[in-house]
Amino acid sequence: METNRYQPYLQSDFSAAFNRLASLREEMDRLFESPVGPILRPPGSLRSWSPPLDVYEDKDSFTVLLDLPGLKRQDIEITLREQNLVISGERRAEENKGEEGFRAERFYGGFQRTVKLPAQVEPNKVRASYQDGILKVVLPKAEAAKPKQIAVSAD
Amino acid sequence: MNNLVANPDQQQEVTAQQSQELYITPLVDVQSTPECVVLRAEMAGVSKTGVDVSIEDGNLVLLGRREPLNVSGDPIYVERRPVHYRRVYELDPSIDTDKITARAEDGILTVTLPKTEKVKPRKIALE
Repeated sequence: METNRYQPYLQSDFSAAFNRLASLREEMDRLFESPVGPILRPPGSLRSWSPPLDVYEDKDSFTVLLDLPGLKRQDIEITLREQNLVISGERRAEENKGEEGFRAERFYGGFQRTVKLPAQVEPNKVRASYQDGILKVVLPKAEAAKPKQIAVSAD
Repeated sequence: MNNLVANPDQQQEVTAQQSQELYITPLVDVQSTPECVVLRAEMAGVSKTGVDVSIEDGNLVLLGRREPLNVSGDPIYVERRPVHYRRVYELDPSIDTDKITARAEDGILTVTLPKTEKVKPRKIALE
């Protein structure tokens, strides 16, 4: 069951056009992968940021990794709806901006990533940790989703 | 301020030279106050032990090495890249290189570069 639905063009035409432009820019960023990417990308313009994410699977669990440098634990929110893991949060800028000069490349503000896990997980056994700017969420699979060996009976 | 902004061409060269290990340019915020310049570099996955801040030929070199994470299983979806971080800044003569300090916290490397006494704003008392 999908809980996060994409709603096309509910915004005004103008902002819709801007959003399309922003996604085009994202495509281009991917084409010009790092190290050039971060230099070409204008800071804080047109779009919110989107932290990169990995998903690992072993026979008992899924592990989701997100690069989230510079966040505080309390600013990260993790929710599980059915098989959809939603990770959202906000990166706040440091209070004291320079009086003389400031060159900003980093992104601030909110982000949201959604992962549809390929199998059911145990919602009560999900564990999350945050260290050195990496968020790690371990989601044990539900019993029904674990691989099972079926013995062949004699009859 | 301008001296602190590194030349992008130079950095690409640096990355190309390191064929064994892949380095990418981290995103950095540069903040300048009358007392110091503060660099904040995004280095997700770099702990205190992986940070190497050095001065080579008058350049400030920020290096961040990621340690491999302990994750069980096989990747089924990958966006993150197994790379290290490197960025080089030309040091302005106003920086007091003996007093540079660095700190790694939550994947952010913060480098504080104090300015020498003679460039700090100072009130001159009238005689």
